[in-house]
Amino acid sequence: MKHIAALILGLAALLLTPAGAAQAADPRLVPDVSSRAIDIQYSFTGEELLLFGAILYPGQRLPDDRADIVVVLKGPVRPVILREKRRVAGIWVNANSLRLRTSPGFYAIGSSRPIDKLVDERTAAIFELGLNNLSMSPTGFSEAKKLQRFEAGLIDLYTRLGLFYENPAAVEISEGVLYRARIPVPARVPVGTYRAETYLISRGRVLAVASRDVQIRKAGFERFVALAAEQHGFLYGLSAVALSLLLGVGASAIFRRR
Amino acid sequence: MDLYLPVANLSVNALVIVLLGGGVGFLSGMFGVGGGFLTTPLLIFYGIPPTVAAASAATQVTGASVSGAMAHLERGGVDLRMGGVLVAGGLVGSVLGAGLFELLTAWGQIDTVIAILYVGLLGSVGSIMGREAVGALRLAKAGMPAPARKRRHHPMVANLPMRWRFYRSGLYISPLAPLMLGVVVGILTMLLGVGGGFIMVPAMIYLLGMGTQVVVGTSLFQILFVTIATTMVHAMTTGAVDIVLAGLLLLGSVTGAQVGARFAQKVRPEYLRLALAVIVLLVALQMAIGLFIQPPEIYTVQ
Repeated sequence: MKHIAALILGLAALLLTPAGAAQAADPRLVPDVSSRAIDIQYSFTGEELLLFGAILYPGQRLPDDRADIVVVLKGPVRPVILREKRRVAGIWVNANSLRLRTSPGFYAIGSSRPIDKLVDERTAAIFELGLNNLSMSPTGFSEAKKLQRFEAGLIDLYTRLGLFYENPAAVEISEGVLYRARIPVPARVPVGTYRAETYLISRGRVLAVASRDVQIRKAGFERFVALAAEQHGFLYGLSAVALSLLLGVGASAIFRRR
Repeated sequence: MDLYLPVANLSVNALVIVLLGGGVGFLSGMFGVGGGFLTTPLLIFYGIPPTVAAASAATQVTGASVSGAMAHLERGGVDLRMGGVLVAGGLVGSVLGAGLFELLTAWGQIDTVIAILYVGLLGSVGSIMGREAVGALRLAKAGMPAPARKRRHHPMVANLPMRWRFYRSGLYISPLAPLMLGVVVGILTMLLGVGGGFIMVPAMIYLLGMGTQVVVGTSLFQILFVTIATTMVHAMTTGAVDIVLAGLLLLGSVTGAQVGARFAQKVRPEYLRLALAVIVLLVALQMAIGLFIQPPEIYTVQ
């Protein structure tokens, strides 16, 4: 609620500035997200993040041709090893692998029209718009064919897990100035700092870019457990053992009394 | 009821996991096995990452075996000397297993190795057990008494140097044999999340030739300590023990085990062994199918 109030205030301030002061010819974006932080706790089964905002045109005049909006929610990048299974002597084993230095753990893109209708391939590649345009920095020399195959495999895998998401009809623009898009965030997202980016695109040109950070983090008990498992392995192991001994002995004591 | 697993990084239906633990616990109480060999594959089928499944299943086996081990200890059904040697081997094995685990993970073959080990071990133990149970049932039907099996250790065991007396087990053999057995089972516990009872018990009977009255108790004793060690090693190396997952499994399995133990007293042991053999073979078959047919996803991220 606070964010929305801030947004309205901001809007009002901008609207009050004299029209002549806005010399910049390019429009601006005022983006926001429904929550700046997503807490992963007990019954977290995923969430829907609302990316919304306003397009501010200089002089408050709407242009004649409609502009489009693209929103991107990008998770932290990390190095991964991608493995490919092959049938060897009848069984399926990992036979081939590729290292990627900057593979995003989450990437969702929503737009008001399909990306290929908005920008040409070069622009899409520059701004990393679309699942096929993610630059994952493979290490070592590998042939283009292998690279393509692996990237397609990764995209397919992550799309099935809900970690990659593409929806060319996710963004709704009302009255040409307000936009909103819902992005589903599944339960198995990696934690970290996410970036919610908004692009204003018209006639194949990116007119404005704006971004907001979103924190996705484990909270409460879940955070405590994950931290303990990571940093205090010995104590964590001891408590796991204690828990299982206690439950085992406890159950047999209860049943014996009956 | 959905619950988020903080180490596995995904949410599961808590009820399903408790019921899964309960089912495995029922079987383990009935058959006197830890049940890890069922928990790990079932968790993997459910979608838990294999490493987390193996590590948390080991934790669960600790809880499932502790009451049994205590009961046998009170009754004098544990050869402490033998158990000590086995545990010592098991500790070495779990550390070796951790190294092997890391190596196989880096090499990208851990999942395949786990699956192959499961198919091989469960397949062979299941068929031996099944054949024996069917034979015993056939004899019983014909009205003949079961032939008394001669208790003897394997000739290879007899050839080992340095002999110790294991009074409770009625053995005078080299401690190297149970030590090596302990190492092997320790490695398997680390890799597969099994207690190893389904290998330990036949090995004690057929390889070492131990007296049957101490076999189950000593095996439980060994399982208890080795799964504790594996939990600790996993917690300190792979960090894959999910305490929430283990807790859910335990809730189900400790109660299931009590019910199962009661149920077991009403059924003839040959039928029990036959049923266990069928279950073991089914799990092996499912794992084998997973190896041979094309997986839905041939790419994996590590």
